[in-house]
Amino acid sequence: MSTTLEKMFAKAKTENRAALIGYLPAGYPDQKSSVKIIKSMIDGGVDAIEIGYPYSDPVMDGPVIQAASEEAIKNGAGAKEVFELLRITAQHKVPAMIMSYWSPIEKYGCANFAQMVAKMGGSGVITPDLTVEESADWHRESIKNSIDSIYVVAPSTTDERLSKVTANCSGFIYAASLMGVTGTRDAVSGNAKSLVERIRKVSNTPVAVGLGVSTKEQAREVAKYADGVIVGSAFIKIVQEHGSGRSGLKKIKQLAKSLSEGVRDAR
Amino acid sequence: MATGKKTDDLDSNVTGHFGPYGGRFVPEALIAALDELSAAHISAQADPKFQAELTELHKTYSGRPSILTDAKRFAEYAGGARILLKREDLNHTGSHKINNVLGQALLTKRMGKKRIIAETGAGQHGVASATAAALFGLECVVYMGEADTKRQALNVARMKLLGATVVPVTQGSKTLKDAINEAMRDWVTNVSTTHYLLGTVAGPHPFPTMVRDFQRIIGVEAREQVLALTGKLPDAVLACVGGGSNAIGIFHPFIDDKSVRLIGLEAGGKGIETGLHASTISGGKPGVLHGTRSYVLQDSDGQTIESHSISAGLDYPGVGPEHAYLNDIGRAEYRSITDDQAMYAFSLLCKSEGIIPAIETAHALAGALEIGNELGKEATILINLSGRGDKDVQTAAEYFGLPS
Repeated sequence: MSTTLEKMFAKAKTENRAALIGYLPAGYPDQKSSVKIIKSMIDGGVDAIEIGYPYSDPVMDGPVIQAASEEAIKNGAGAKEVFELLRITAQHKVPAMIMSYWSPIEKYGCANFAQMVAKMGGSGVITPDLTVEESADWHRESIKNSIDSIYVVAPSTTDERLSKVTANCSGFIYAASLMGVTGTRDAVSGNAKSLVERIRKVSNTPVAVGLGVSTKEQAREVAKYADGVIVGSAFIKIVQEHGSGRSGLKKIKQLAKSLSEGVRDAR
Repeated sequence: MATGKKTDDLDSNVTGHFGPYGGRFVPEALIAALDELSAAHISAQADPKFQAELTELHKTYSGRPSILTDAKRFAEYAGGARILLKREDLNHTGSHKINNVLGQALLTKRMGKKRIIAETGAGQHGVASATAAALFGLECVVYMGEADTKRQALNVARMKLLGATVVPVTQGSKTLKDAINEAMRDWVTNVSTTHYLLGTVAGPHPFPTMVRDFQRIIGVEAREQVLALTGKLPDAVLACVGGGSNAIGIFHPFIDDKSVRLIGLEAGGKGIETGLHASTISGGKPGVLHGTRSYVLQDSDGQTIESHSISAGLDYPGVGPEHAYLNDIGRAEYRSITDDQAMYAFSLLCKSEGIIPAIETAHALAGALEIGNELGKEATILINLSGRGDKDVQTAAEYFGLPS
């Protein structure tokens, strides 16, 4: 039986396109608004949602997501809000995932966290700082609860490790396009394509590329070789600049629409 | 959890675990660099040329071996126990930090990297890093919490004079924790050219093991010096613990000497009961922070709680994983010393021995006042006098209300 994420990638493949995945920290800028922002992303054509667990020490994130996480925490976002948002998002019939640094998951309890994700209708969890060496407990619990465990690989990952890490991934493999933190960039790093090619040699699992993708043109470029395109900071920037009122939400939907056009006319 | 194993038995050079603690919780992007560093460290440990070069630097540059001082007048306040001070404050740059920095700077050269980055709290590690960078002709960027750049302005000036770039970190609590976050972000971006010269025994493997190996020299020397002076081992070894590098440095060579009590003194700030403290082992719980599993101060959502201490160098909500393990197996004990206790001991050492200690170190001295009274006159207590207090003069003057 294939998971909801696998089904989504299979469907995109039959449409000869890449899937579009959007990211938002839970409770940003506040819980009510994050529900609306995610709805606008989906209405605009985002295929799957990553809900960020806002964490106090986000070493993989650039200034945009750092500031958003800090604001979300200040406005009360924690485990309860993350799971509530996961439940609401899953009701929109798109794959809903959590992206979380390891500290909050370990604090919540590995088994409890996996159970809650499944119970809320979540499809999987992306763990950007859980190394394969430390992942045994999480791997066991995610299998037990039939949720996908998604790990991040980077341009610096050796071929030997690529086999090891991707063998642990289900749903998709998160390929970091560059050596660096999250955030919008003027151009997508040339490393992304060669990383995806290296992954293809060792795994049949779909590959989604994240870090530094923010425009329709960039989405189109990545969609030529990847199965999925991940966009985060660009959505948050809209909220920072235009708020989460009617005009902000309209702009979120517009960006989602334009990105989804990008992944559709790439091939 | 407690296995009764001694730490040396653990294969920490391979996986970096100390019982359930340690390991690596970092972005995959850093793994290749951590593996490279680990391999460089292991090969350097076995390379007589590397060791000779490091020993020569200790001898002719930083001033090792550091001396042992019999603190007789201070001892009168510590129940009459014999108090021996291991004088790391006399090292070049003024603290134990130089031991680790020289070792890692040599490793940087060995790996062919040209740029080092470092985090710093009190500024001691930043100054030591800037010093080594100048000595070896490396580019150096030091991340320092904005709050710390203010309370340690002297060290900021020193780093700049030495040619380093100091980047004030304005995120989060604006202290050491956030300086580490920012250094990690720099490293993830520039890892092919840059070595992250981490200053303490925390962070992902191999840092806790590697930094300990470079700091062990403190305990190795002190153990011989105490034996030569007194004819026996000390009854207790004391050190202040923030991340825990000076403490593990002096503890480690005594781990197999079961009769020697190893006591770490954590920063109690306004008191653990107030929540305003940095006593990670005494007042925290196991968790993950900055790439390692250890004791941490965090809330029920896994968010790091900001620590508080009058001492910038101890103001950290985590602690090295080996300390967590030594605590759990009962080989070392950890106590909490408040700001007021530390400042009392600070003043006492100034006036009784003519030594101005770092406020960090004053926590260990305050511990000696307590433990000396518990152990009595016959006891010998070895204290790691990890740093000197020149950088703290302004903080101390404010604390004591000295007219300027």
